[in-house]
Amino acid sequence: MAEMDTSGGGGHKKGPGVKKSKKLSTRVDLTPMVDLGFLLITFFIFTTTMSQPTAMKLNLPKDTDKPDEQNKLKESAALTVMPSKSDMVYYYEGLDPSKLQSSTFKKNAIRDIILDKKRRTDPKDFMVIIKPTKDATYKNTVDILDEMKIDDVKRYALVDITPDEYKFVALTEQANGIK
Amino acid sequence: MTAMCDVAFLLLSFFILATKFKPPEALSVTTPSSVSSKVAPEKNVVLITMDKEGKVYFSVSDVNKQEKKDIIDEVNTAKNLGLTDAEKKNFSNNPTAYIGVAFSQLKSYLDKSPDQLKGLSLPGIPCQDSTNNELTDWVRAAVGAFQGGHMNLLVKGDDAAKYPSFQGVIIAFKKNDQLKFQLITSPVAAPVGSELEKVQKAAGNKQAD
Repeated sequence: MAEMDTSGGGGHKKGPGVKKSKKLSTRVDLTPMVDLGFLLITFFIFTTTMSQPTAMKLNLPKDTDKPDEQNKLKESAALTVMPSKSDMVYYYEGLDPSKLQSSTFKKNAIRDIILDKKRRTDPKDFMVIIKPTKDATYKNTVDILDEMKIDDVKRYALVDITPDEYKFVALTEQANGIK
Repeated sequence: MTAMCDVAFLLLSFFILATKFKPPEALSVTTPSSVSSKVAPEKNVVLITMDKEGKVYFSVSDVNKQEKKDIIDEVNTAKNLGLTDAEKKNFSNNPTAYIGVAFSQLKSYLDKSPDQLKGLSLPGIPCQDSTNNELTDWVRAAVGAFQGGHMNLLVKGDDAAKYPSFQGVIIAFKKNDQLKFQLITSPVAAPVGSELEKVQKAAGNKQAD
């Protein structure tokens, strides 16, 4: 590959007066080129971004005061989840926030709770209400929205937390010593 | 040796062609992951970024130069900022331009050259509550600029950003009746044995959106 034919004229005999010039070696040392090649490969492997960012769709309910435009929700079919600090999730069924229970994002604990509620409820009424507290991170919020997709929950809404609910969350956090 | 050399350069050309450079991002944001498999749009994007401290920034995709110009014009008129043409150009012609200051500081911010902006810590657009939510005005200007066309409203947030920042962004969207938007995430596969996996399998591995 890296040699060249320099014999010139292929078997043509030179005259008596012509001096035979010294043949120079035409072998090229390829090592530096290969080195450079691999260096560039490593560079491109590291800088390349194979996975493109994806987008998650989110539709918000419209704020409305007219009762006939509001979504109806059966008390027995509602599950309210409230992500809060330290990756904890507080939840209650129905409309009574004093029945607050705690769970966590770790080990899919919240997934089991959502699935359990889903199993016990009529699929067309079942709804999850997501109310992140002010201590929840954006990651927690996206995780819980993602959880809706993973658990195939059709109806869910991202809603602001009420001061009442926050009070119960804060009390539970205090009782459990979560800072 | 020759064979190895061939392979090496084949790989090299593959990576050179396959690579797509990340535009230099002044804001470093680690996005959360989700099972969503839809690729984020790149055109007609109005991007709201939240960094890890919860500061909010506003930017428009580079290809939409005309819309960028309209947005800054609109904001200038609506808020009486008295921006000069040069300052407006600083926003509309700069591919990586983003807004991270309040209206009161906008003029001096747009006066700065890109070199001066390097390493400068910005306060973010005030939007923590509904009374003083300047992001509302930015979103309104964007809605006006993209009128008649399609606008992709994207939110890119850092893992560690707190919920109130996101809430402020949602308030700004709601006030402009923008109820559909997309969150930028990094992709992960659906967990094994989950409902989603069953749905995806049932749909003949067609990717659920």
